[in-house]
Amino acid sequence: MSDDHLVTLTDKQKKARRSRNIAIGLALAALVIIFYLATIAKFGPAILDRPL
Amino acid sequence: MALVHNRFEDQTIRMSEATAGDFFALLKPRVMSLVVFTAFVGMVAAPVTINPFLAVVAILAIAIGAGASGALNMWYDADIDAVMTRTVNRPVPAGKVTPHEALTFGLVLSVLSVMTLGVLVNWLSAALLAFTIFFYAVVYTMWLKRWTPQNIVIGGAAGALPPMIGWAAVTGSVSFESVVLFLITFLWTPPHFWALALFKSQDYERAGIPMMPNVAGEASTRRQIFAYSLLLAPVGVAPWLLGYTTIGYGVVSLALGIGFVWYAWKVLRMPDSDRVMKPAKALFGYSLLYLFVIFAAYLADSVVERVFALGGA
Repeated sequence: MSDDHLVTLTDKQKKARRSRNIAIGLALAALVIIFYLATIAKFGPAILDRPL
Repeated sequence: MALVHNRFEDQTIRMSEATAGDFFALLKPRVMSLVVFTAFVGMVAAPVTINPFLAVVAILAIAIGAGASGALNMWYDADIDAVMTRTVNRPVPAGKVTPHEALTFGLVLSVLSVMTLGVLVNWLSAALLAFTIFFYAVVYTMWLKRWTPQNIVIGGAAGALPPMIGWAAVTGSVSFESVVLFLITFLWTPPHFWALALFKSQDYERAGIPMMPNVAGEASTRRQIFAYSLLLAPVGVAPWLLGYTTIGYGVVSLALGIGFVWYAWKVLRMPDSDRVMKPAKALFGYSLLYLFVIFAAYLADSVVERVFALGGA
């Protein structure tokens, strides 16, 4: 596909997209950390108690 | 093939200019802060504790759920928000966020917040959060708001539920004490919003929303505000009368309740010819202070009681 088939974003649209991308990235990272830590908090020391 | 070609050829395609800040504004941050605060009070007032990190997760999920219902409200109400001075600058009527973006954002956050609360904390609190979102977005926004002057009376239940959700997040149950916390906000909502509706009646008239002053008249609204303030004042003191708090809370809530009745009395005595409506504006401002201080007093009382219980143990 040649370049003239693409939508050209204005500077304002690029800036807004970057702002949204950063927010989504941070929110997903926070979600991962929250679920990771909450799993440890819920299981407590039992999280290490498993047959080897 | 032609479809794909046309899609990219179409110069009217709208690329979003919405920033993260615009999406954050969809969450109604000021309402969200009140929800967080009252939910936190519900959690601290509960007789048991949970892991502090899970408590933070619960507060976060409740805040996001409340914000999601705000986004759904802004999606549905964009037409009336556009004609009211108070709401014309909201992201959707201002053209910063499209209705479709607001709807998607609200739905995704609703599911995410309820599932997070359910999986990581407990399913009763998640069910209550889901009910709150449904009640605010569907029952209040889509049904009651444009249909009956009792809209904010019944719809007020959605704003009053967060302390019960907080309580349920900690205990896994619902008790009468948490119902009393619910009742305080529930009975506070009508005089709070009707005071606003009195001095913003032109706005509501233009938007075609059947608020009490536009339907029943200002005199009837003033009487109803006073009646609700007479109900609210004793319910505010009820936690002390029922033995849930110390006399410290009792004194503060009694003083606040007398103040509320006093401001409502001034509104009741407001002449029909008064177009500036200073008493209504004063009651609106005082009502915000009332809710914050009464919950802050409940919080302080719960914390002090817990500290003394630890000292005595």
